[in-house]
Amino acid sequence: MTNPQTVIAETELADQVVRPHGGAQALEGGFQTVGDVRVADPRMSCTGVDVYYADKQAIKDVSLDVGKNQVVAMIGPSGCGKSTFLRCLNRMNDTIDACRVTGEIKLDDQDIYDRRLDVVPLRAQVGMVFQKPNPFPKSIYDNVAYGPRIHGLVASRTELDEVVEISLTKAGLWDEVKDRLEQPGTGLSGGQQQRLCIARTIAVEPEVILMDEPCSALDPIATAKVEELIDELRENYTIAIVTHSMQQAARVSQRTAYFHLGKLVEVGETTQIFTNPRHKLTEDYITGRFG
Amino acid sequence: MNKPENARVRTIDKVKASLEKRYAKERRFRRLGLGAVLLGLSFVLVLFMDITSKGYTAFVQTHIELEVFFDPALIDPDGTRDMDVIARADFRKIARQPLREKFPEVTGRRDKRALDSILSTGAPYQLLEMVRADPDLIGTRQMVELIADDDIDMLVKGYIDRNAAAEDRRVNDSTIAWIERLDSDGLISLNFNTRFFTNGDSREPELAGIGGAAAGSFYTLLVTLALSFPIGVAAALYLEEFAPKNRWTDLIEVNINNLAAVPSIVFGLLGLAMFINLFGLPRSAPLVGGLVLTLMTLPTIIIAGRAALKSVPPSIREAALGVGASKMQTVFQHVVPLAMPGMLTGTIIGMAQALGETAPLLMIGMVAFIVDVPGGPLDPSTVLPVQVYLWADSPERAFVERTSAAIMVLLAFLIAMNTFAVVMRRRFERRW
Repeated sequence: MTNPQTVIAETELADQVVRPHGGAQALEGGFQTVGDVRVADPRMSCTGVDVYYADKQAIKDVSLDVGKNQVVAMIGPSGCGKSTFLRCLNRMNDTIDACRVTGEIKLDDQDIYDRRLDVVPLRAQVGMVFQKPNPFPKSIYDNVAYGPRIHGLVASRTELDEVVEISLTKAGLWDEVKDRLEQPGTGLSGGQQQRLCIARTIAVEPEVILMDEPCSALDPIATAKVEELIDELRENYTIAIVTHSMQQAARVSQRTAYFHLGKLVEVGETTQIFTNPRHKLTEDYITGRFG
Repeated sequence: MNKPENARVRTIDKVKASLEKRYAKERRFRRLGLGAVLLGLSFVLVLFMDITSKGYTAFVQTHIELEVFFDPALIDPDGTRDMDVIARADFRKIARQPLREKFPEVTGRRDKRALDSILSTGAPYQLLEMVRADPDLIGTRQMVELIADDDIDMLVKGYIDRNAAAEDRRVNDSTIAWIERLDSDGLISLNFNTRFFTNGDSREPELAGIGGAAAGSFYTLLVTLALSFPIGVAAALYLEEFAPKNRWTDLIEVNINNLAAVPSIVFGLLGLAMFINLFGLPRSAPLVGGLVLTLMTLPTIIIAGRAALKSVPPSIREAALGVGASKMQTVFQHVVPLAMPGMLTGTIIGMAQALGETAPLLMIGMVAFIVDVPGGPLDPSTVLPVQVYLWADSPERAFVERTSAAIMVLLAFLIAMNTFAVVMRRRFERRW
């Protein structure tokens, strides 16, 4: 409210709110997210999350559950705060000095913003895959082995070999790289690098995987491979994915959350959001009227 | 219909009309740039050629080959082979004997002295060292290449005009006649000047060498490297990776940049006041020199180190943090290896600066005349650039070439260090 720009933007939002099946849905004041933010079996549960960058509020009162063995997709126009929200889930925002997070985010009933909580084990539980593939400038093997090594997950070299093979297999990369594990990970193609990063993340056996636009730097074929992989990973992991591609959200996710200007506008079953959105903003966005 | 057609024609005409001017501007700028580069290169070339042309003759030294009789009566009258007795023997007499035998017609006291002074005052020591190394030489006659005096050296190298008026040159007519006779007998030779690299400083140019200064520079740089690299890297790491960004760290950053701009002689004064007067460290010692140069080099290393750390892409940090690496693991296992080439380059550039630094070392007494080659960082010594300064100040003609030769050695070290820095950066630079 302090920022005049924000005020104007919110007034704009307030003007375009009414949907026949949604009723009055002002984003002003006592705005409520449309749809059910809770699920029966949550792995992560966020309540009233606010994020500030210095004085600017980037996320406003967002509550959202991430269900077990589900893929939750977060969509929305650029700058809507979906990436910021995702980065709250494993406290990656801690690295930004001016960033402040309030509200409650729970991982299996443990508040991850508890002062006594150590972020190192948290990040082992909640892994992250980034927008741009960012393998370490080390060998393929060392990239995958890094996590298990620093966390002391393996006792012997053979065990480590096994973890590396399993992780690369799960990431669908094993057959392509098994003969050149000692070559640098940075020498792979973009799609392979991203799958290597996914292998690196799952090598630590996390419970939740956060993906921040994992396919935005990839071509359609590599994207298809990664999407297929996400679908397979769902069996064992809980996944939250931020994406700019609505088709991707529709293909890989079970639930979809639509963000707009720092607020969670609507959340629901993916099929419902894409076939029968209840909020006008959601409909405008998914039908391509803006964004 | 007509109008847009016209407008199109006019636009393209205008663009074409302006092209000539734009390309001319570009050509002018290119020529200027090329001119600047060529000018810079030509200055460097002139500098190098001047120094080389003046200095290369210092790498050879005039020797006179004479038959020396190691007279037992003079060296070791009792035949004890006792080194103390031998060290006290009158080697001056042994050294001047062969020339007197060669020119028996020289009889006058003054002429005899002139004849003696053809040989360096270092010649007797040369003979003493030979006997020390091999006592069996006593009683034998040997052909020995004895060092000539610096004036003779200059005469042989052609720096003294033999046709000039006698009072205008350092060598008189009779000496020139003797040298010409020795030369026609094939006894005068120009040999590689090993002493120039192994000896310490001396009042006699033919005996002076850069060995002492080089050793002093080595110990000084060793102290500087041992202190400034770990301190500089630790400071850069802390400021860049761990310190909170607030007014205090801003203040520190500004002051580090200020320190980099402080005149180096001020660091010398600080070193004099702190390390010598307050802490009582020895004067003229490479240890103190190293401490002072550390103060001077630190800002360079910190600034280069921080720039290197900043250039590590944040995605690498995020990747490491994302799999649960702690701050420490992220920094030391991922950021530091990637920043190391940059930090090492900064360090080597700082060290090269320190190697060429003179002013602060004058303040702490490293400008003293020191003959011995230092054996450690606590021995009094001087450094290469100060040696250049000292020799440039000396009146003897023979010091001119030695000054240039010392500069050549100093430049060789600098070029070697900078090349090493470039090669290291190329070798270890990793792509991501």
